[in-house]
Amino acid sequence: MSTLEIKDLHVSIETEQGTKEILKGVSLTIRTGETHAIMGPNGSGKSTLASTIAGHPRYNVTSGSITLDGEDVLAMSVDERARAGVFLAMQYPVEVPGVSMTNFLRTAKTAIDGEAPKLRTWTKDVKAAMQKLRIDADFTQRNVNEGFSGGEKKRVEILQLELFKPKFAVLDETDSGLDVDALKVVSEGVNRAHAEGNMGTLLITHYTRILRYIKPEFVHVFVDGQVVEEGGPELADRLEEEGYDRYAKGAGAATISAADAAVQG
Amino acid sequence: MTAETVTEKARIGAPSIAGFTEEGEGLVAAKVDHGHNHGVTVMSSRAERLTSFDVADFPLPTGREEEWRFSPVRALANLLSDTATDLDPAPAADFTVEAPEGYVRSPLAAGSAPRGTVLVPADRAAAVASANTEEALHVVIPADAEPAEPLRILVHGAGAGHRSNAHYVLEAGANSRSVVILEHTGAADHNGNLEVIVGEGAKLTVISVQLWEDDAKHLAQHDAQVGKDAVYKHIAVSLGGSIVRLNSNVRFSGEGAEAELLGLYFADAGQHLEHRSFVDHNVANCKSNVLYKGALQGKDAHTVWVGDVLIQKQALGTDSYEKNQNLILTDGCRADSVPNLEIETGLIEGAGHASSTGRFDDEHLFYLMARGIPEDVARRLVVRGFLNEIIQKINVPALEERLTDAVERELAASEN
Repeated sequence: MSTLEIKDLHVSIETEQGTKEILKGVSLTIRTGETHAIMGPNGSGKSTLASTIAGHPRYNVTSGSITLDGEDVLAMSVDERARAGVFLAMQYPVEVPGVSMTNFLRTAKTAIDGEAPKLRTWTKDVKAAMQKLRIDADFTQRNVNEGFSGGEKKRVEILQLELFKPKFAVLDETDSGLDVDALKVVSEGVNRAHAEGNMGTLLITHYTRILRYIKPEFVHVFVDGQVVEEGGPELADRLEEEGYDRYAKGAGAATISAADAAVQG
Repeated sequence: MTAETVTEKARIGAPSIAGFTEEGEGLVAAKVDHGHNHGVTVMSSRAERLTSFDVADFPLPTGREEEWRFSPVRALANLLSDTATDLDPAPAADFTVEAPEGYVRSPLAAGSAPRGTVLVPADRAAAVASANTEEALHVVIPADAEPAEPLRILVHGAGAGHRSNAHYVLEAGANSRSVVILEHTGAADHNGNLEVIVGEGAKLTVISVQLWEDDAKHLAQHDAQVGKDAVYKHIAVSLGGSIVRLNSNVRFSGEGAEAELLGLYFADAGQHLEHRSFVDHNVANCKSNVLYKGALQGKDAHTVWVGDVLIQKQALGTDSYEKNQNLILTDGCRADSVPNLEIETGLIEGAGHASSTGRFDDEHLFYLMARGIPEDVARRLVVRGFLNEIIQKINVPALEERLTDAVERELAASEN
């Protein structure tokens, strides 16, 4: 079993108005085999957490730690994190000109495994995974994400998740912009990766509808760069009913606790 | 701060818009890429550009002229002077020809046809090259011939700063199938003209490879006339040299002909690589496709692409497209990209153009690295992929491999 541990994480970014703190002390522990949902209103810092785990250079960690089985993730470069088993399914996957999907997938797989995959089984694996996610076969000839629709990009993120078999997956609003059919297909992909690879999943979402297909054991509510409430799946149901408004009053206060939030609600 | 500057401009049918029919206009509009700005600029038609064998007709350029405005003319003084080839201590550049027996004919003096029937100098560089080449190499691929190996003309410069003039005449006989590689290595101040006559039904690929040393300068005019139902492909590959400026021009002598003008370039710090193409659709029912792709890295790496397409009034049924794409890898580079499209008849199949200059930016890098790919591999992946579209059209495996290696070396140099 592996553990991804985030302790008292503070993260800031540089803006034209100066330094802005986005995460104000976040602690989370995820073990392989677990699914955690992070829910919260727009601007609460959910995506910042996702990008910080992956190592995006825009985000400065000012204090706190992220460790993977005790190893310091923050000391690793972006590619080292991926090779250590952390995968980020991006909210806005980037179009990379000039690189075909085939070439990209094989190069990434080779980097992650430390050796080139056996060509015949690899081609078969890619094809099978694409079929399950209902991705057209001709996508392999196209450049990475180039000209893909929003839904297609998300499917291709999950395709990578299934092929690269990470220990931990961070899904950054993978559900946004998906219609019901695509949401189902994508969720099935995540569930397969979870079941087959005993993956730990951190599911970041604004809406509860993806939780109909992916069942988290733990739900964390994020407001203003902090976890304000934690619970089981029943917390998600409550958010479905009541929305985030009940946290709004306390959103500005950095000291709000989960208990306070519940009282205010 | 973003340090690259990109200019882009296009003109469509400005002088002769009256020639449009409603139907034709619709056809054209459907294929023209409206994704970017079509600024209306006032300049004379490409058809009015002066051509002459007389050096005196071309005053020394100042850099303000339309056709020289992107070029470092001051650094080109030696190449623009009306000067003979340096022969002392050795010829500034020598050439070897690899071709089947009988293909190389007696050299052609100025004025002896077919020399001068297709290429009339369009700028001072070509005029001085022509005037200072007494004997032009004449290579003829016989009608129906299909040589198994590519023909090669290997030009090797003996040393930087030495002036070299060349004029080569290449004829592809009717229904022949051939590939000709014109390869430049070493260093010189080389002015080279290439005159190409593609016979009826012939298929000819000319690949001009610039693998010069860092201190070479090279100006070139390559003109081709493509016969009825013939297929001509010209591929310019510019990797070496401090300044390379190559003009690849084509026109037609019969219907049903096709021309493809392709280019690949990779400019490093301080390098100026300029490519100009001109497709003159002077005959009906011909097809043309222009695609130039370039990568830039390092301070003051400068590339220029100017693509002129003229569809003359009589060129009914023309189908043409031109595109330039640049990939900027570092700050401090400059890519100029100017497609010019002049359409004098609306009764055509299509006329389109596109130009894009993109950066390989931190977000691309982050995406690839977030998938476990190390930074140097990620960079190579992107550039190789981008340029491969041209390399794979070369269809000469040994040359493809050499060029792929040369591109890898360019990339490796940037990491040191």
